[in-house]
Amino acid sequence: MAKGKITFEDIDQTVNVPAGTRIIEVSEKIGAGIIYGCREGDCGTCITHVTEGWNNLTEPSVLEEKVLKENMASRHDRLACQAQVLGDCKVKPA
Amino acid sequence: MNNQVDVSRHRHAVEFADGVYWIGALDPTLRTFDIILSTANGTSYNSYLVKGSEGVAVIDTVKENFSEEFFARLESEVDYSDIKYIVLNHLEPDHTGALPELMKRAPQAKLYISQRAISMLKALLKPASEVIEKNFDYTTVNTGDSIGLGDRTLSFLHTPFLHWPDTQCTYLEEEAVLFSGDVFGCHYCDKRLFNDLVGDFRFSFDYYYAHIMRPFKNHVMDALKLIEPLKIKQIAPTHGPILRERPRRYVTHYRELSTSSLSREIVNDDKTLIIFYMSSYGNTARMAEEISEGASEFDSVRVSLYDLEGGETDPFVDLIEEADALLFGSPTINGDAVKPVWDLLSSLVVINLKGKLGGAFGSFGWSGEAVRMIEDRMRGLKMKIPQEGLRVKLIPDEDELETCRLFGRQIARKLTGKKEDKGVIDFADLG
Repeated sequence: MAKGKITFEDIDQTVNVPAGTRIIEVSEKIGAGIIYGCREGDCGTCITHVTEGWNNLTEPSVLEEKVLKENMASRHDRLACQAQVLGDCKVKPA
Repeated sequence: MNNQVDVSRHRHAVEFADGVYWIGALDPTLRTFDIILSTANGTSYNSYLVKGSEGVAVIDTVKENFSEEFFARLESEVDYSDIKYIVLNHLEPDHTGALPELMKRAPQAKLYISQRAISMLKALLKPASEVIEKNFDYTTVNTGDSIGLGDRTLSFLHTPFLHWPDTQCTYLEEEAVLFSGDVFGCHYCDKRLFNDLVGDFRFSFDYYYAHIMRPFKNHVMDALKLIEPLKIKQIAPTHGPILRERPRRYVTHYRELSTSSLSREIVNDDKTLIIFYMSSYGNTARMAEEISEGASEFDSVRVSLYDLEGGETDPFVDLIEEADALLFGSPTINGDAVKPVWDLLSSLVVINLKGKLGGAFGSFGWSGEAVRMIEDRMRGLKMKIPQEGLRVKLIPDEDELETCRLFGRQIARKLTGKKEDKGVIDFADLG
């Protein structure tokens, strides 16, 4: 099975995950500092900054793009409840 | 200045600076605001009108069922066709209730809102979608943007999270009036309208800050950086008295309220850990003491130990607000943590806990669910739980007490940022 390594820079922890795992699934389990609101891509609370490996996450959907824009997210920000890990990447709370 | 103000006797606009009017409404009978706030003498919904040589701006509106009063005051001074701009500093329904009707009456008016307000504006106008043109005209503004009314200029300050993501302030340069939205506001209803005429509203001002602004102290500090350099003759908030007499002291007071008092006591970069516990037979208390011992081995961590049985909620909330880490100890009784623990954990909505470290421990007789339940609550409060909670069956023996000290040392180590080599963990190994 394809795997990816995601590093949460705020707690300096790296986790090996199966490809397709959403960031939220991992960050909640290890207690990273990303916070969550609706958990369904609507509220923008879980905006997360991708510091490395932007291309190793699934493409944002049109809806996610819209929420990111409305919340004035900066470049390389994603919603942790939507983005799925495809390869190695590093993230931290936005 | 008019010393005999009584806005309850008429429905006119009240001029308080050249060409600047209050056109709000009084709600003296309200006793509870937004379910959670007590309002012992009601509140007011302040809306304002600014007249310039080339048009009029309305700044915020009122709660929907006070629309009639608002429109009467507005009509006493201007025609709807004069309204060039509608500025919305904050889109909560108590300030936008009259907006759909105002947009119908003044369809030419352009809306000015913050970027974050777009989705809320659309949601607010949903019920009126048949009468308001779908693509109504709005412009998003940021700090540095301004709009002109001929001889008048309104400039904008981006002050988000005071107390919603959408909030902003608007400044009338020529008259040095700051339309501050809910910032510097309070639920205090007084027909005399101005801070130098109304009764003693100090309690209401501080109470409002404590319940509305306090969770957003960092954002208050950011906003003050924009507000403090301004020349301010009057502050016109959306609730409570207009602050025309020594307005600067309210700005100073906001800074005082938003400044950590603990940071004045604590030297260097010391971290603070508070351990709260309840104990029925002294076992959880024993654990708490040993955890405290362990954590205290770190010089740069200040540990406080509190038995919830001997305290009251409010002072503990104050302590928690400024702590870097919190541990809660509870025995398990009938499959649950004990009530004083829940009482405290359900009283923290007024403060910001995001990113604080948390942990739980407790002695138990049979099932021991309390620890996991407390951890879940802390996660719900957006705290980080860096290590699994510690449970001991009934009386801790010497090995278990050593485990408690280790638990204390670990949380202290996390606090001081001393890194351990964590390696890479596998997702499948996570619980």
